[in-house]
Amino acid sequence: MATSSKADGAADLDNMSGVRHVVLILSGKGGVGKSTVAAQLALALRQAGKKVGILDVDLCGPSIPRMFDVEGHDVHQCPGGWVPVYPDQDQRLALMSIGFLLQNRDDAVVWRGPKKNAMIKQFIGDVVWGELDYLIIDTPPGTSDEHISVVENVRQYHPDGAVLVTTPQGVAVGDVRRELTFCRKTKLPVLGVIENMSGFVCPHCTECTNVFSKGGGEALANQFNVPFLGCVPLDPQLTRSLEEGQRFVDAFPTSTTAQAIGRVAQTLLQTGGQQETMETS
Amino acid sequence: MADVPENAPDHCPGTDSEDAGKTSACQGCPNQAVCASALPKAPDPAVEEIRERLSSVKHKLLVLSGKGGVGKSTVTAQLAFGLARHEDTQVGVLDVDICGPSIPRVMGLEGEQVHQSGSGWSPVYVEDNLGVMSVGFLLASPDDAVIWRGPKKNGLIKQFLRDVDWGELDYLVVDTPPGTSDEHLSIVQYLSSAGLDGAVIVTTPQEVSLLDVRKEINFCKKVHLPVVGVVENMSGFICPSCQGESQIFPPTTGGAEKMAADMGVPFLGKLPLDPRIGKCCDEGKSFLSVEPESLAAKAYKEVIQRVEEFCSSHSNKENVLNPVE
Repeated sequence: MATSSKADGAADLDNMSGVRHVVLILSGKGGVGKSTVAAQLALALRQAGKKVGILDVDLCGPSIPRMFDVEGHDVHQCPGGWVPVYPDQDQRLALMSIGFLLQNRDDAVVWRGPKKNAMIKQFIGDVVWGELDYLIIDTPPGTSDEHISVVENVRQYHPDGAVLVTTPQGVAVGDVRRELTFCRKTKLPVLGVIENMSGFVCPHCTECTNVFSKGGGEALANQFNVPFLGCVPLDPQLTRSLEEGQRFVDAFPTSTTAQAIGRVAQTLLQTGGQQETMETS
Repeated sequence: MADVPENAPDHCPGTDSEDAGKTSACQGCPNQAVCASALPKAPDPAVEEIRERLSSVKHKLLVLSGKGGVGKSTVTAQLAFGLARHEDTQVGVLDVDICGPSIPRVMGLEGEQVHQSGSGWSPVYVEDNLGVMSVGFLLASPDDAVIWRGPKKNGLIKQFLRDVDWGELDYLVVDTPPGTSDEHLSIVQYLSSAGLDGAVIVTTPQEVSLLDVRKEINFCKKVHLPVVGVVENMSGFICPSCQGESQIFPPTTGGAEKMAADMGVPFLGKLPLDPRIGKCCDEGKSFLSVEPESLAAKAYKEVIQRVEEFCSSHSNKENVLNPVE
């Protein structure tokens, strides 16, 4: 216990007690950019001077390690539990994903529900996050085992709520409607809807094409009476920087996406701040 | 695969092992007595029922992808429309994506209901020779969420395979959710004795997606499922106003073709990203009949042809997997 860096003993009892805000990133549909949005949001919050953690509970297809170029890093064990992976030097960004636990990056995690639930429980209880302003939880697509487990296990920490990611086309919006119902049934507050991949600016003729049509996310938010957090365009440069293993962290602040995400982060900071004042009053 | 129960204690020797019920790990396991009694375990009776039900289906294909949103449902739908272009080819589509069924939408069947007859559930027909079954048809409203854990999903998949009255089919195309979990294990397990032709694997060109697809191919190898081939979707975007091509999802690591070569599986072709495909899907139309002359339609036709060739060269009987005990 004496080796523990944390000042208060309570943190030793519960690894989540140093985490102030918990935000879930959800989407009914796959491939709409949950992990990208989670990563971008974390970076934007970090730029705002916060300490941020990302927990990747997508057990069958973890993308977070790749996005931060920390594939192949190992998770270390300390007396308090698992130490997250820090992709930056000043350790203001902490990551945890099943990708760090696999021996080979191509290994498939072929697990049925109960085993996944146990892993998620361990992820939530046993990771030594330390002091964090925000913990962002990146989820797999759907409304099944992983989601039920995450919601059940974080309930005692009073999560701020969920950010729903969608692309503009009808098929994706349809799945996100189901996710909204999920939030409602599990009494998880909805922080808002982000429309990702809305519009692509052709590098040849600067004509903006709506590859996946447009406006679906906003219409949905209005219909369900939840806040619309904004549109994020398709940004091939950002995808490229991500792909080439270049530090997303370095490429991000200058990209056009940063502005769009920055606004979303501001909204989060405001709602988070309100909650804090409510709790203290 | 089914030897060690998923909720078994650590170091369970497996229910079929000679040491079942006798090792130290079995102490305290509620099933110790059952295992130790060494009675032969009966296979799930549903496997046999499914084999009988699907004996009238010539070719069974799975559409898989490790990653979500790469176009599994789009490819499934267009593949089914394409296979059904000959009036005498009977095609069925089964959507086992329980939590996010997209097939009703992309095939233009939203709001349809399933009917029950004496011989089981009747699929919903798009055309005379194209039937569809999805959990989407069982929901009262498009907003209804199916918030189920694994075992319940498995039960529904079993029911879909056992109780849907497909009639005589040339092809049954099964659309799956992303990942390598309950739904995938169940469908492979239940179809093991009925004989699966193989899996069509869909990916997009970028590494984030290929990463997950390699896992999916390893999954196929683990469960001895033949791979028909890999389809690269969203490969290159052709600007409708200037015809200039850009890579929205750049293939920085060589794309799916190189990945397929590395993993030793066939490559079926590249499908370009064409906004009209997405539009057809939102409207539930067949892209091949709306835009038959487009580049994307030609690419689709080639992929469909390769799938047909694969199926005709592989007689169903050869591919009966080792039945799951």
